[in-house]
Amino acid sequence: MSNEKKFTLRNAINQGLLAGLITTLISTVGMVELFSQRQLIAGVMTMAQLFIFLIPALISFQTARKAPKNSILLFSAVTSFFASLPVLVLILLASTFGLRRFLINVSPSLIETLTFGQGPLVGSLILVLATTAVGVAAAFVDQMDEKIRKPILAGLMWTILVGTFSEILQERLRAFFGIGFTNLIIKSKALQPVAALIFLVVVTAISYFWQQRGDSIKKGLASQSATQRRNMTYAQRIAFFVLLLILPLLLGSYLSEVTNNVGIYVLMGLGLNIVVGFAGLLDLGYVAFFAIGAYVMAILTSEGFLGVAQTSFWLALPVSVITAVIAGILLGTPVLRMRGDYLAIVTLGFGEIIRIMANSDLLKPYIGGAQGVLQIPKPSFFGTSLIQPGQLYYVVLAGVLLAWFVSTRLSNSRLGRQWMAMREDEDVAEAMGINLVNTKLLAFAIGAGFSGLSGAIFASKLTSIFPHSFNLLISINVLSLIIVGGMGSLPGVVVGSLILVGLPELLREFAEFRPWMYGALLIVMMLAKPEGFWPSAIQKRELHADEESPPVEEVAAAD
Amino acid sequence: MQRRLQNINYLDFVLWFIRVSIIVFVAWGTIATLLDNPYSADVWVNFTVLGLAQGSMYALIAIGYTLVYGVLFMINFAHGEFFMSGIMTATVFIAGPLSASGYLNNHPVISLLLILVVSMITSVGVAILTERVAYRPLRKAPRLVPLITALGASTFLQYTFRGLFGSEVKPFPQVEALSGKISFLGTEILQTQMVVIIATVIMLVGLYLFVMRTKTGKAIRAVAEDKDVAALMGIDVDRTIAITFALGASMAGAAGVLYALVFRQVHFYMGFLPGLKAFTAAVLGGIGSIPGAAVGGLFLGIFESVGPPLFLDGLNVPAYHQLKDVITFTLLVLVLIFRPQGIVGERLAEKKA
Repeated sequence: MSNEKKFTLRNAINQGLLAGLITTLISTVGMVELFSQRQLIAGVMTMAQLFIFLIPALISFQTARKAPKNSILLFSAVTSFFASLPVLVLILLASTFGLRRFLINVSPSLIETLTFGQGPLVGSLILVLATTAVGVAAAFVDQMDEKIRKPILAGLMWTILVGTFSEILQERLRAFFGIGFTNLIIKSKALQPVAALIFLVVVTAISYFWQQRGDSIKKGLASQSATQRRNMTYAQRIAFFVLLLILPLLLGSYLSEVTNNVGIYVLMGLGLNIVVGFAGLLDLGYVAFFAIGAYVMAILTSEGFLGVAQTSFWLALPVSVITAVIAGILLGTPVLRMRGDYLAIVTLGFGEIIRIMANSDLLKPYIGGAQGVLQIPKPSFFGTSLIQPGQLYYVVLAGVLLAWFVSTRLSNSRLGRQWMAMREDEDVAEAMGINLVNTKLLAFAIGAGFSGLSGAIFASKLTSIFPHSFNLLISINVLSLIIVGGMGSLPGVVVGSLILVGLPELLREFAEFRPWMYGALLIVMMLAKPEGFWPSAIQKRELHADEESPPVEEVAAAD
Repeated sequence: MQRRLQNINYLDFVLWFIRVSIIVFVAWGTIATLLDNPYSADVWVNFTVLGLAQGSMYALIAIGYTLVYGVLFMINFAHGEFFMSGIMTATVFIAGPLSASGYLNNHPVISLLLILVVSMITSVGVAILTERVAYRPLRKAPRLVPLITALGASTFLQYTFRGLFGSEVKPFPQVEALSGKISFLGTEILQTQMVVIIATVIMLVGLYLFVMRTKTGKAIRAVAEDKDVAALMGIDVDRTIAITFALGASMAGAAGVLYALVFRQVHFYMGFLPGLKAFTAAVLGGIGSIPGAAVGGLFLGIFESVGPPLFLDGLNVPAYHQLKDVITFTLLVLVLIFRPQGIVGERLAEKKA
């Protein structure tokens, strides 16, 4: 909307100050300092510095697009200069008043990070100059020809990614290529400067040539016959499946563990996707079914004193799922006539009731109260106990594939279409002869079933469960990953889980800030990209119809 | 047609089953407790007064939900965080230093007023920012969208304040002038509880007069009635909505100070439960109505404080105080299912659904 108005220097200043305030905020809540130990490129740049410069760079990139054509550099310089001012104020306040007494994270070491260890005066000067320079550089990149800009951005992005995950890459590279070779690239958890430079150049070059050649390759693909194309898709599918099967061998134990966690969230996400994405019923108590699945599994299989049957994992699994399904129907029935926000609050209430009950002394003799259920055995498969994350991976994978299969089949079925009709307009759907009671209950039941399955695997993966693992944040987490991926989109669930669950586990410093990020992401996604990163085909089509409309109407179309 | 009728019967059957079993459960628990008679009359009076004090805070917070729902038909999930942000900031920046220097107990009135003002201003600031960033751009979006941003704003604000002030529980200093008990109508009442109740009454009356008597209040009511027509009458709708948020948040900020006086501690997560309960109170009283929020808050406070011992003690539930929140949430769920229009309110929920 602001595109239509003339972009003045005042707007640029405002944008700059906004960027600066965001940077100040992430500094004062402690995120910058937390990452000051993580080297992005050894001796050159830490992740904290990336955070300091990232937002000014992005905003000045934006400014360069909106600014009048003849004074782009001036505008972006102004923007990024003003972006450094709020941080400067923070540095001055902190070094004169000792803000630490009030703001726990404004510590001397944060100030040291912000001033690059050069003391408040020199450091501030460096900060201002460097921020401005970064802003101008961003504007330069923006002004380049698309054919050069895109490869450069791709190169930068990949280098930053590799630098960010250097700790894990180091471990993997060592496993495959030995220590000597790895040390050339990544040494003591940090990407080496020379390797980074080579990597940047290589990725940029590859993406440049790919862009040049890409069109002809695409044309070649398009000119294939139908059989050829079908064979291609089959080959792709088989390759993908084989990749899924051998993944734990490539990933090693730590990454397999992360993948398992992602898989558990994918399962939950697929379930909630049916309830929220397909049927449009905002369920904030979704964690309740996860908890029910986990507790049923725990009590049925536990070898501790709370275990009642000591059954095997495979026997307890369907029981957990069925219990969750029944719970879904029971909790779904009273709320059948509710819509929208009231439904959200009631389900949130259900979730909290179940969590508090699990925590209380009332049910302690049965499910352990706050002490939880312990000694849950890991699943075993024909006598071998699946202890390693790489082995458990296959259990998770089987669950995800099953849920995926059910979801894809359902999304194009009569039931799936009924859900979507109901999502668009309940009254019209009912008038069209859709039985709302059954349709809604099926959505709740199937969603709950997936969640219960996920919970059951979760319980036997962790071998002990506690009520506090089933709080509202899990529901919010799952909701966020659906929204980030794209509501109603199955690949979106996987993308969302990888971004929201996978990335933070790889960057363990993030742990504390995960909910913070989810909150911010929920807002930003709704404002900027309500259809998610991987929208479903229907949503894409709907959005494609009126591409020129402002974001708000896109939301209306997407929902 | 035949099949649809059957389904409705199934649903009605379930709903009636829930109604009857709740009534039986409550009646059974109450009779058992009364027969058992574990507490003296004084204890019940204390429960009630405690409930009134607690309910006053719920009433103040509920005002925010009701006002915002009145104008925007949106549940402002982040309202509990407005409540938390004010008192957290005031505790860290004002109450802590004042208490450390001894000023707080030498000049309690000035100190408390200062804390109150800082808390209210912070809450209002956070509310206006949230409205501007997270809600205003999405005003025309489908109803689910602002609800999701509100949820995001709530989590974001919680963890922002956790990052700013730390995750530990912070003590709120004791105000010695308010530490005693006074006798009122023959019963001993904690002074803080008295202050809470009186302060709430003053605030609520002030707010009611503001909304009913001033021009801005009239504008708020006009916007609540119909935004488009209000805009035609020359009312700045965006500004009025921002003022509505600010009004609600100022009440929440004040409630935060009262909360800190009673419980003497603050925490980044303290907004969640009171926020949800205040929402329950707002629904109980009929969301959209200011007197309704006040009545709902007081009712919920008393219900929450008297309910667990009354319903659960006779049933020999161990450590029934743990289930206080279960009772509240059950009430919330039941009210939303059976009487979404509230105990006294009109049926607003369906209007825009």
